[in-house]
Amino acid sequence: MTSGFGATGMLTPLIIGDVLGTLDSVGVPIPQLLQMADNIAFIALAAIGLTIIFGMMGVINLAHGEFIMMGAYITTLSVNVASIPLPIAMLLGALGTAIFGAIVERTIVRRLYGRLLDSMIVTFGLGLILTQGTRIIFGNSLQSIGTPFGQVPGYTYSGYRVLLLFAAIGVLGAVYLVFTRTEFGVQARATIQDPETAQAMGVDTDRMYTITFAIGSGLAGLTGALYAPSATIVPGMGQSFLVESFVTVVTGGSSVLLGTALAGGILGTINAIFSNLYGNFIGQIALLITAIIVIRLLPDGLTGLANTVRDKLGERQ
Amino acid sequence: MSDNRVSRRSVLATGAAGVGAALAGCSGGGGGGSSESDTIKIGVLEDQSGNFSLVGTPKWRASKLAIEEINDNGGIMGKQIELFDPDPQSDNQRYQQLTERLIQQEEVDALWAGYSSATREAIRPIIDREDQLYFYTTQYEGGVADKNVYCMGPTARQQLGSVVPYMIENFGTDIYTIAADYNFGQLSADWVKVIAQENGASVNNEEFIPLSNQNFGSTISNIQDADPDFVMAILVGNNHSSFWNQRTSAGLDIPMGTSTVMAQGYQHKRLEAPALKDVYGGFNYMEEIPTDRNEDYVSRYYDRWPDAGYANEESVNNYFSIYMYKNAVEEAGTTDQEAVKEVLNSGMEITGDKSPEGDISLQGPVHHMTHNMRVMKCDADHNITVEDERMIPEQFLSETVGIDLSGKDSELEKQFTPTEYYDAAGE
Repeated sequence: MTSGFGATGMLTPLIIGDVLGTLDSVGVPIPQLLQMADNIAFIALAAIGLTIIFGMMGVINLAHGEFIMMGAYITTLSVNVASIPLPIAMLLGALGTAIFGAIVERTIVRRLYGRLLDSMIVTFGLGLILTQGTRIIFGNSLQSIGTPFGQVPGYTYSGYRVLLLFAAIGVLGAVYLVFTRTEFGVQARATIQDPETAQAMGVDTDRMYTITFAIGSGLAGLTGALYAPSATIVPGMGQSFLVESFVTVVTGGSSVLLGTALAGGILGTINAIFSNLYGNFIGQIALLITAIIVIRLLPDGLTGLANTVRDKLGERQ
Repeated sequence: MSDNRVSRRSVLATGAAGVGAALAGCSGGGGGGSSESDTIKIGVLEDQSGNFSLVGTPKWRASKLAIEEINDNGGIMGKQIELFDPDPQSDNQRYQQLTERLIQQEEVDALWAGYSSATREAIRPIIDREDQLYFYTTQYEGGVADKNVYCMGPTARQQLGSVVPYMIENFGTDIYTIAADYNFGQLSADWVKVIAQENGASVNNEEFIPLSNQNFGSTISNIQDADPDFVMAILVGNNHSSFWNQRTSAGLDIPMGTSTVMAQGYQHKRLEAPALKDVYGGFNYMEEIPTDRNEDYVSRYYDRWPDAGYANEESVNNYFSIYMYKNAVEEAGTTDQEAVKEVLNSGMEITGDKSPEGDISLQGPVHHMTHNMRVMKCDADHNITVEDERMIPEQFLSETVGIDLSGKDSELEKQFTPTEYYDAAGE
């Protein structure tokens, strides 16, 4: 098996096993709960990089899936070729994609801010080049790395997939802190909202754009890295993340991080319930119908609703 | 020249209407036109890029190997084979354009093309309009009865007919089918039902999985809840390959049968063991077949293509069918397509080192192969062993429907489905 998570890593599923045992004894449907954790994690992680690049910066990045693929490739190659332990390989995957993102921002995306449709075409082309370039260099598929941790004790479910929920929460939390509590975060948001004023206040806006885009790319790479042990590593693998990611960001609405968390939670739960009852196909349809309803009823997305609720509560007080 | 050719074709087409026994003689003269050219033209459209390149590239490689071997040994009737092999890039529209081009501009004498059934159905109208001799080599759902199409791969009934009875005999009668949600997957699932019924078993659960799906958590827990004796997993494509890692890490250890996994996309080589532990497949070929004849073929294949990942089931179908075409042309004494088809329709034997899976034969009246079908097992270390072996003919068209493309059905261009003939199918 893939090494690298060590003793503490092996303990985590055991603790989860105890918790689940307790829950099960009070009648909570555990398989559905595990499925929910898995789906919420998938949807939130699929969207996380795009949240920043599309949600905050307004670049419709159709190469988002290929950024995820790049993270998975770097991770897998690090483990297979250089025998680097999996957790470090994952960090390399995120870092490598972030550096690539910075280069793409400097050379291409820089010219496309505020040009939605143009950014779509350019990033679509970039995605094609990345997919086919990967195919030419590394062939049609890579030897996959096994999934660590084995099953959730007592249940037929992959422990690793469930633990990804905690990874998703951790990543969302970290991004939230970076963009709200650090000087960089404030400057980055100021740059995106009003570049001229930010510049007048002494912010190096060029640098802010590059770093923000690199962070978004790096997070996409991290998603690929996290899913590398559980997916088939092929050049087109990013495509399967694309629909969920855009649907989540759009459904989430204006306040991007809160939106991703809310949308991931709701869409993941609905997808899990319907997949469990009626199979994957219906699960996917239920997810998309939910997204349509949300966008129809709440033009500002779920965060729009959250803001309204907050304002109303504020008035009452 | 191309005008000539078109008129020759339309003459052949109307030849049935009887206008021209004499003109058909002319077409012999037209055949003289092609004998003027000192090469035999073969078109091979196999995906070297795009979604199907993982499984299409081995087909292209094996085709090239066969053609180079033939050319090195004096060609066909002393003529060298000229190969036309543009990359269709897994794109059906491109397939249609290239098929038109190879037939009308390059005037190929025989065409090999396409991985998926969707591709075959996309180009079949062109094939039939032009009356082009066409070999389709992928294992597929079965039922194509077309005067111009020769199906070299085993059908779903042949593949499942080898593995499903084996699984029932060894594991029990309660079957859970998961299948890719498109034409091939649904028809294969129907065949599982038909074969189960014939063997006193039943499919009690069925789930169809979209090709884009790569998260199998709910599928796995639903299988565990139903706790069948075995699962038939007819999964297709790269996304579905994720199932095996997820199944193994979820601890689902119910034995699984398949007609698609391993032999096509060599998942047992690409996924880390033990992802495919206790998977049983019904195939006509995997590169691990432990016969001298096959080991010799595999070493020739890797000598020519040192970077190749695998010699898959379909690639060998391309290989033997190109040799079969050579034999048919030599027997006909011409590359005239109607004459070659006539020879093929009378049946062919493919033996010796031309057929790595073992001696097999073409069932001329239905344009399908009787294959040497094996049940192959993958163990925890991803070693492949042969568990069962028998000759299985195409039965659906030949016995159930009763087709004779060499006689009464010589103008047929149709695909039959099991739902029309079996109550168990399509329920």
